[in-house]
Amino acid sequence: MSTHAVDTHAHDDDHGHHHKETFITKYIFSQDHKMIAKQYLITGTLMGVIGVMMSLMMRIQLAWPEEPNVLFEALLGKWAPDGVMDADIYLALVTIHGTIMVFFVLTAGLSGTFSNLLIPLQIGARDMASGFLNMVSFWIFFVSCIIMCSSLFLEAGPAAAGWTIYPPLSALPMAQPGSGLGMTLWLVSMALFIAQSLIGSLNYIVTVINLRTKGMSMTRLPLTIWAFFITAVIGVISFPVLLSAALLLIMDRSFGTSFFLSDIFIQGEVLHYQGGSPVLFEHLFWFLGHPEVYIVILPAMGIVSEVLASSSRKPVFGYRAMIASILAIAFLSTIVWGHHMFISGMNPFLGSVFTFTTLLIAIPSGVKAFNWITTIWKGNLQMNPAMLFSIGFVSTFITGGLTGIILGDSALDINVHDTYFVIAHFHLVMGISALYGMFAGIYHWYPKMFGRMMNKNLGYIHFWVTAICAYGVFFPMHFIGMAGLPRRYYTNTNFPLFDDLANVNVVITVFALIGGAFQLVYMYNFFVSIFYGKVAPQNPWRSTTLEWTTPVKHVHGNWPGAIPHVYRWPYDYSKPGHDVDYVMQNVPLMEGEEELQH
Amino acid sequence: MTAFLTIIIVLFVGVAIWQMVKIFDLSQSSPISDTSGVATDHDNNVNGYLMIGFLIFIYVITIICFVQFGDLPLMSNSASEHGQGIDNLMIVTMIVIFITQTITQFLLYYFAFKYRGEKGKKALFYADNNTLEAIWTLIPVVVLSGLIIYGLFTWTAIMNVSEDDDPMIIELYAQQFNWTARYSGEDNVLGLANVRLIDIDNANILGVDESDPNANDDVVVKELHLPVGRPILFKMRSQDVLHSAYMPHFRAQMNCVPGMITQFGFTPTVTTKEMRENPDMIDKVQRINGIRRDKSKELTAEGKEALDPYEFNYLLLCNKICGRSHYNMQMNIIVETQEEYDAWMKEQTTFKKSMTKNEEADAEVVDPSEIEMPSESDVVAQ
Repeated sequence: MSTHAVDTHAHDDDHGHHHKETFITKYIFSQDHKMIAKQYLITGTLMGVIGVMMSLMMRIQLAWPEEPNVLFEALLGKWAPDGVMDADIYLALVTIHGTIMVFFVLTAGLSGTFSNLLIPLQIGARDMASGFLNMVSFWIFFVSCIIMCSSLFLEAGPAAAGWTIYPPLSALPMAQPGSGLGMTLWLVSMALFIAQSLIGSLNYIVTVINLRTKGMSMTRLPLTIWAFFITAVIGVISFPVLLSAALLLIMDRSFGTSFFLSDIFIQGEVLHYQGGSPVLFEHLFWFLGHPEVYIVILPAMGIVSEVLASSSRKPVFGYRAMIASILAIAFLSTIVWGHHMFISGMNPFLGSVFTFTTLLIAIPSGVKAFNWITTIWKGNLQMNPAMLFSIGFVSTFITGGLTGIILGDSALDINVHDTYFVIAHFHLVMGISALYGMFAGIYHWYPKMFGRMMNKNLGYIHFWVTAICAYGVFFPMHFIGMAGLPRRYYTNTNFPLFDDLANVNVVITVFALIGGAFQLVYMYNFFVSIFYGKVAPQNPWRSTTLEWTTPVKHVHGNWPGAIPHVYRWPYDYSKPGHDVDYVMQNVPLMEGEEELQH
Repeated sequence: MTAFLTIIIVLFVGVAIWQMVKIFDLSQSSPISDTSGVATDHDNNVNGYLMIGFLIFIYVITIICFVQFGDLPLMSNSASEHGQGIDNLMIVTMIVIFITQTITQFLLYYFAFKYRGEKGKKALFYADNNTLEAIWTLIPVVVLSGLIIYGLFTWTAIMNVSEDDDPMIIELYAQQFNWTARYSGEDNVLGLANVRLIDIDNANILGVDESDPNANDDVVVKELHLPVGRPILFKMRSQDVLHSAYMPHFRAQMNCVPGMITQFGFTPTVTTKEMRENPDMIDKVQRINGIRRDKSKELTAEGKEALDPYEFNYLLLCNKICGRSHYNMQMNIIVETQEEYDAWMKEQTTFKKSMTKNEEADAEVVDPSEIEMPSESDVVAQ
């Protein structure tokens, strides 16, 4: 019985992909989605290195405040006179770390990489709907990275108003040095970033809707594609709002309008602004800002669902419930932004409404978590590094998600708002979790991207040290938050009240430094395996989805022959009646075999 | 020296990684080169046991955190009337979270251990079960409904300040990087104010409208005194950027927004003196002073100034990023008995008086009899 026979259809159009490729069209201005995915990944990785370095510098400062450090002297130069970090640059580090990690690494690096790589491969398309726009979106992203990085070298320093850039702090150059040219570059960079995100998202949506191969109905899509698709929809809905907020802020900064500013007296003079409201900016910002965390986490959820099923050799549990919960999360994500603003001065009644909608999100999130746990129940778990990161994802998602019940409750938020409790919560639930999802995706699809295998033992070391350090860093952080320690403090030494938290801060920093250092293991594994890794087999993880039917060596157009047709859903693992424990999507149903009414 | 040490450490880490890779490469000389990146039964086994190890690690770190750091949070000893309500809600929520966390993490890691892969084993083809999914949709629905309703009642009770309580009105005024408080005086009405009226030369730092009679008896101070048991309604203003008035011991926080007046009300229930005598607080202060003594020893050894011993005080701190000295924007709060408060208040100068004083000073005609103008108290009385 041949269940693997790749179904070929000679009548499919085999578009001529024998045109000449130069170095520039292949590696730089490539329109091939696989190359663009790699470009996104490597750019995102390099931005990630910068972001993580910044967080380590902040951690060192918090553990050993105002002590000279050669690292500061070397990296910060004049901002660390005699190796002691300056207070202004601390806030700049806070800001740029947040911006880089949220947008450049976990949005572009995660969504950009895997949407580009997997959408055409998994739905059976030759490429994205528009290869040209895809290329344009990457290069806009690249320019936006360059602008963000170049702001680090300004005389007055980069933007320093926090990644939320609340005006008036971000609007008034006299409020702090970072609100000068640094903030202008931040806004320009983000405007470009939003443009690339919109172009990319539209491309993903069009591709998923129009270019599915024969037989690939919406209910036969892998959960990865569902997640990327809905992520793109959320992005298209919410990113333009941030763009409008950024434009209005630029107007306030440079053209004297008063959208967000009113009644300001600073440095001995009254400014002309009248009638605007910073709270309006908060609304506009969080209308993107909150969906943004789902833009970050949904692709990770999709990747984890796929890897858990494939590595457990079991169908993902409750496929339809998983899709429904993605849709529910996406819908709710657009009506909960106010939970960032309970104490912003908005009407307390709105606080009640947002508490209600926010806590509702726990329901679809809970369904997902329980379904993942049931997916591994009675499985045959293949502990590949990708699987470890997926299990780690479920773990940190639960730990971080549960404290969301505290922060989403307006009454409780009063006392932990903007403390380290918040830092602990969102780093676990969207920072670490999304990073785990990204690592899971990289370890899982590395053979597809580079045609080579990563070293699994280095992967194991990477996971276990990262997992221990992630909990070591963020678990104690909840407690210093509940002790009332505000975030974004350059040092806590001005408050004797917090002196007994200093030791906890040292513990956290030690974990952070170890965890940060072991990312070098991953970096080594990643870059060395590109050139020296073992050549990958076509389907190393014995998965069912279409990308594993393409040849190891990339061809333009993905399949050398016809595009395979799809006959079944993507999770026929260990299906009774088959010899092997996986049946690929392009294998026709056997006689008498029923497609599961999942 | 530190530079040298850093270089040594970097080199050491580099060598360690290189050696680890060598070891793995040697141990990986498996005959089938193709699948050497895929987990074997041995890997499944080792990682399966590590999963259980990690579950224990999570439990241990949870216990250590609660034992070691559990007394850090301000979970008990709230110093305001509504604080008790927040703390109770927090504890209930914490219990729900703790139970869910313990069970789900156990299931996750235990399954990861129990069902670790083995060659030849086949997984259970189990794609769906509507009953199960209904159960774990409904349980969160019920639990969350409870938490939502409980939370909303608590929230509404805190945020809706009733006029019947006759709260004392105090303005909290934020600027880079300090706090000022303005008491509304005997009329309990704050005089109008706008940043456009700020007159630094005449010490009208809050921009209070001198022509508004309500402003005459206002009292501007740099230290907040509150009478115990009296409902207070804070009106917050900011002159430059966003700040957030955070009073953790009172479970109170509200942003200060330029161009807008925000408010938060609470009733302090424990005086500073009583809080200092609270056994928990005595422990905390002792612990902190122990740390400060050790630190002082280090400092004096380096020839620097020793740290002052810590004495407990309620604090108002800034909790919204506001610029360079955000980390040092604080004001002491003193809760005291009504008598102590009245005595303190008597010593303060009213806004009107301080203005007159300044005008006098400007004119360089210092006449004490004129400063104590009797007509002023008339204004206050109305």
